[in-house]
Amino acid sequence: MNSNTNIKTNTLRPRLRATGLVLPLLAFIAITFIAPLAMMLVHSVYDPTVANALPETLNLLREWDGKSAPDEAVYATAARELLKARQDRSLGRVATRVNRVHPGLRSVFTRSARNLQNVREGPYREVMIGLNSAWGDIQTWYAIRSAGDRFTSRHYLNALDLQPLPDGSIARQPPERRIYLALLWRTFIVSLSITAICLLLGYPIAHLIAHSPPRIANLLLILVLVPFWTSLLVRTTSWIVLLQTQGVINDLLVTIGLIGDDGRLAMIYNMTGTLVAMTHVLLPFMILPLYSIMRAIPPTQMSAAASLGANSFQAFWRVYWPQTLPGVGAGSLLVFILAIGYYITPALVGGSTGQLISNMIAYHMQTSLNWSLAGALGGILLVCVIALYLLYDRIVGIDRMRLG
Amino acid sequence: MISTQRIGRGAYLASCTLIFAFLIAPILVIVPLSFNAEPYFTFTEGMLRLDAEAYSLRWYRQIVENELWTRGLVNSLIIGIASTALATALGTLAALGLSSMPGHRIAMALLISPMVTPVIISAAGMFFFYSTLGLAQTHIGLILSHAALGTPFVVITVTATLSAFDTNLTRAAASLGASPILTFRRVQLPLIAPGVISGALFAFATSFDEVVVVLFMGGIEQRTIPRQMWAGIREQISPTILAVATFLIAFAVLLLLTVEWLRRRAAAPQTD
Repeated sequence: MNSNTNIKTNTLRPRLRATGLVLPLLAFIAITFIAPLAMMLVHSVYDPTVANALPETLNLLREWDGKSAPDEAVYATAARELLKARQDRSLGRVATRVNRVHPGLRSVFTRSARNLQNVREGPYREVMIGLNSAWGDIQTWYAIRSAGDRFTSRHYLNALDLQPLPDGSIARQPPERRIYLALLWRTFIVSLSITAICLLLGYPIAHLIAHSPPRIANLLLILVLVPFWTSLLVRTTSWIVLLQTQGVINDLLVTIGLIGDDGRLAMIYNMTGTLVAMTHVLLPFMILPLYSIMRAIPPTQMSAAASLGANSFQAFWRVYWPQTLPGVGAGSLLVFILAIGYYITPALVGGSTGQLISNMIAYHMQTSLNWSLAGALGGILLVCVIALYLLYDRIVGIDRMRLG
Repeated sequence: MISTQRIGRGAYLASCTLIFAFLIAPILVIVPLSFNAEPYFTFTEGMLRLDAEAYSLRWYRQIVENELWTRGLVNSLIIGIASTALATALGTLAALGLSSMPGHRIAMALLISPMVTPVIISAAGMFFFYSTLGLAQTHIGLILSHAALGTPFVVITVTATLSAFDTNLTRAAASLGASPILTFRRVQLPLIAPGVISGALFAFATSFDEVVVVLFMGGIEQRTIPRQMWAGIREQISPTILAVATFLIAFAVLLLLTVEWLRRRAAAPQTD
């Protein structure tokens, strides 16, 4: 009995100490990193703006039959709450929020609220419809009721080019508003292409380094690591300098007479720019895992295959290639994960045709200020990345990740 | 038969050369262009003739004279050094305990997640979170964010060094009566030091090159070198950027050589 507890404490204490060492960092990451991500996800489904500004109107609308314009009580309450929202300066946000459900309502809200200041008495139904005929349209009231939900799946639906209809069903967005699925698809295809190009370019390089004498291998490895360590912004600047219309490559092509001065190639600020610059940035992430796998393959195997009568293609395909598959998987997954979330390079060299899903998230964060939609697009991207990350852990193992 | 093999070998080496050129040329091309006497981004005829007049240091002078760049450097150093110190301390401690902790696979996945999460998502979340705490547009907010982004590198490099560490050494120290803290300081730390320093350099490089979080969370007072470059590339592109880029390339090469030297030191058997 006594010895039993001794064994227990002997194995328990080091484990407790180990946990105590990891705990500070776990807590730090939970607060500085996981909590922000959770907050972004909350933003994507939770928006109390309208619910807080128009609580009583929304209460009344819950009993509204939805078949014809609501009765006077709703109008009077709405008028009062709109004026109050105008006073405490929340009207702009409320109007923007409703406008996202039903485009065009922003100005109806702001203008009507301004004019309502001068209205002393009802009936508010006639007054408001007089101010703007939109108040007589039941769609307006549907929009307010819908925007009044604190929790909503609208932004996720929107991010998938869908919209909720007033009757509760879900329909596709009208064709001119379908943009996000196409963008997600483009991001997927671009990432896949970049992964394929990186594999095509990285495989021979990794092979060369892995089977060179150590001195040369070290030198070649440095050539791969210099771009890996160089600032992303520097590398992006380089590609602008090389590829722009008045840039080095176009100048060279004009000088040697391959193209005329008026026929300069548009190689940047479009999809070509995104593909070239991103391939350059991500190539080391393909080469390094391939190299560490290939280094362990003895070159004598290939000679053995040859002596047994295999030609060089057979020897490669039947003996060498299968052994490199773990490296191919690790490198490809890593490049693909990094590519689908890429932001900086497409933003700087992608022009209008080379933008990816991350750039749309940035647009909604900084320009349209539709943070909920940014959160929903971010949530979708995050789910994709987590799925790929778990796949990586299964196939390669996160604890086997190495740098350089 | 021999000749087709030689052709194949030649084609293989030629394509490898081209791919290496693709990797390195874009970085090399910046360096001479940063000495261009003219405000162009391409080689002038004078430069190609190696005419001394065509080269100048004017863009380097502009960096030193422009307060935006000097203040950017100060901000980058403050945020970089503080976040690196935080990331290295927390990351090293965690790496020491990680392998013998229950559920270490999940813990590892969580600790590495800042490295693979798309930075735009991290930046958006951090913007929401630090704004509510009143830490947006402060150095503290950026230091905490950059430390979070840098810790995975420390955890990975220190874990890698530890995997080569002989645990009998700590047992030997303990059996000779050393306390855990003394064992760590006198036995473990000297042996894992190369990994710790490499991790710190990775974390510093991450912060020193980070622009998206700064873009979302930083104000005028927190403009860093990458933030200033971003503005330069997007708004008024001038050859000053190439001079800054050359400086950053030199810095990257320095970091790389240090890390490689440390790696060899860690890999080499201890003889003394």
